[in-house]
Amino acid sequence: MMPQQNAYEVRSLFFRYGSAHVGTSWAVQDVNLQVKAGEILGIVGPNGSGKTSLLKLLAKIVRPYTGEITLFGKSLESATHREVARQVAFVPQDNQPAFSFSVAETVLMGRFPHRHSSFWGSAFGWDSQEDCAVAQQAMRTMDVAHLAHRSVTDLSGGERQRAVIARALTQAPKVLLLDEPTAFLDLQHQLEICSILRALNEERGLTIVMVSHDLNLASQHCDRILMLKDGVVAKMGSPMDVMLPEILQAVYGCHVLVDSHPESGLPRITLPRQLH
Amino acid sequence: MTISPSQPASSVSDRASSPKSAAAIGDVADFRKAILTMPRWLSVMATLSTAAIVLTLVCLQMGTQYVSLAEVGRIIGRAFGVGETGANGSSITDTIVLQLRMPRVLLGFLVGSSLASVGVILQALLRNPLADPYILGVSSGAALGVSLAVLFGLGGMAWLIPTLPIYGFFGGLLALLVLYRMSATYDRLPVHSVLLAGVILNAIFAALIMFITSIMEPNRAFGMMAWLMGSLTATADQTLLALSIYLALCLAWLFKQVNVLNILTLGEEPARSLGVDTERAKRGILMTAALVTGAVVSVSGMIGFIGMVVPHAVRLVLGADHRLLLPASALVGGMVLMTADTFARSVFAPSELPVGIMTALAGGPFFIYLLVWRKDRLA
Repeated sequence: MMPQQNAYEVRSLFFRYGSAHVGTSWAVQDVNLQVKAGEILGIVGPNGSGKTSLLKLLAKIVRPYTGEITLFGKSLESATHREVARQVAFVPQDNQPAFSFSVAETVLMGRFPHRHSSFWGSAFGWDSQEDCAVAQQAMRTMDVAHLAHRSVTDLSGGERQRAVIARALTQAPKVLLLDEPTAFLDLQHQLEICSILRALNEERGLTIVMVSHDLNLASQHCDRILMLKDGVVAKMGSPMDVMLPEILQAVYGCHVLVDSHPESGLPRITLPRQLH
Repeated sequence: MTISPSQPASSVSDRASSPKSAAAIGDVADFRKAILTMPRWLSVMATLSTAAIVLTLVCLQMGTQYVSLAEVGRIIGRAFGVGETGANGSSITDTIVLQLRMPRVLLGFLVGSSLASVGVILQALLRNPLADPYILGVSSGAALGVSLAVLFGLGGMAWLIPTLPIYGFFGGLLALLVLYRMSATYDRLPVHSVLLAGVILNAIFAALIMFITSIMEPNRAFGMMAWLMGSLTATADQTLLALSIYLALCLAWLFKQVNVLNILTLGEEPARSLGVDTERAKRGILMTAALVTGAVVSVSGMIGFIGMVVPHAVRLVLGADHRLLLPASALVGGMVLMTADTFARSVFAPSELPVGIMTALAGGPFFIYLLVWRKDRLA
């Protein structure tokens, strides 16, 4: 049997903001990694460790200084934004809308990379039946179908996050990149987003890469975890291999308690009562 | 609707076939009501176009001498060689309607459309619902460019048509680049910071323009002041024709970008992840905004608030989708300025007000209203 193809292969990746200025420290430094097709990869690490930068590199939102990224075997650098957007959807952390588009309109924006760019097509590109069907399907999956008429400016945090993920699914991507998908959500909505992501992964084989601050969430929901520190890969592996007290101590500079989750048996991380 | 916490791993297909979602499945019609569709677009645009034509005729009636609608119809008919010719048609009325009022009404429409369109695209690009070429200092940048050209005698009569808009373009572009640089540096600037930047730019440009007028000979300076206050006093027919072609080309290009504008309102990074080449799109849109503003300012001076008020009102009524917002704002903007100018020249006839004063007096309070009482709308 053919070995499973990798969604991403990243080789000796370097990146910093404002690459013109020599002397700025690297946001991402000599990162090598493979993202297997069909897995959920969690990227964790302290503040400023380059998690979001790495995710944006994978989405081609920013470009590497040096190094190579391939997406399903093809160079990301030589692909157009539109080509990338047909395969990779990105869910940003801050989704504060500026204008009162309806939820349906926002979700339909996910069809943009699939539109034909003929002269008139690009101007008025009316949403085809297929576009609407894909958008509606995504909205049902994310449970926002009943909000179709509502303005995105009037949604609650959880509803807005679901609408944005629905937009990402409307891109019909093979890879879903999420930046802190549960950052501003309460417990119930966190669980909801995570179980939907898990279901999408299991049923549709969607490859998911998510950045998370929440070590427990990453531990429970990710197949593999990439731990970054100062833009360098500190550890990569299954939750069992990565979520060890000595590794966490080295990366976060703080002693933590690790036991196992009563349901899943996966590592569970707890903060001690005080810094010592 | 929420997931029951007891089944955290509910599957995607389960959810799709759950009873509550099932109600939504067949509802393609319902979904279509939540988005912009071609029939809705056509009906809105047809209504607005009809309104624009009717309003043009009404504006042609108004002025020092009132002309009946039937008479306006006959005169226009005659001009196109339709209907009875000559007989008892008074040639003075013909001249008034066709040569005095018509160019001015059309210029008003053109300038209003352009300003509203620039307002729409600046609002989308800066993700700021209060953006307006006048408030942000783009118009005064363009005015500075034009003033400099006039000062150095670069806008001679023979060259008036092709060159002045170009100096306006450079001035406007300068202001836009400063503004855009600011917004880009801070990822997304708060609405009020962008406005503040506009205030400062306006102050700087206004000071420079004042300086230029102060060193000019008095009668040229007087003409300059009159132009700066914003007026649509009749320009030569060739100017109008050249301007129409020029603006039509720019607006046509902008209408091609409507889908990109929709995506850009999400912010630059999300737009890039949706497949928009944001660098190219931004460059094109900023250039066109500067080109249009430069041209408009070079003929009609500083006419403010159309670019802010009109898109705002149209968005409230018709929704935020730029496929409709841009052309509808262009039509409404044209109508608003045409009407404002008709008032400006009829209310105190035979003397007239600069139309820029009219729009500022009407638009300014609306702006304050939005700023103070509708904070919720400003995200």
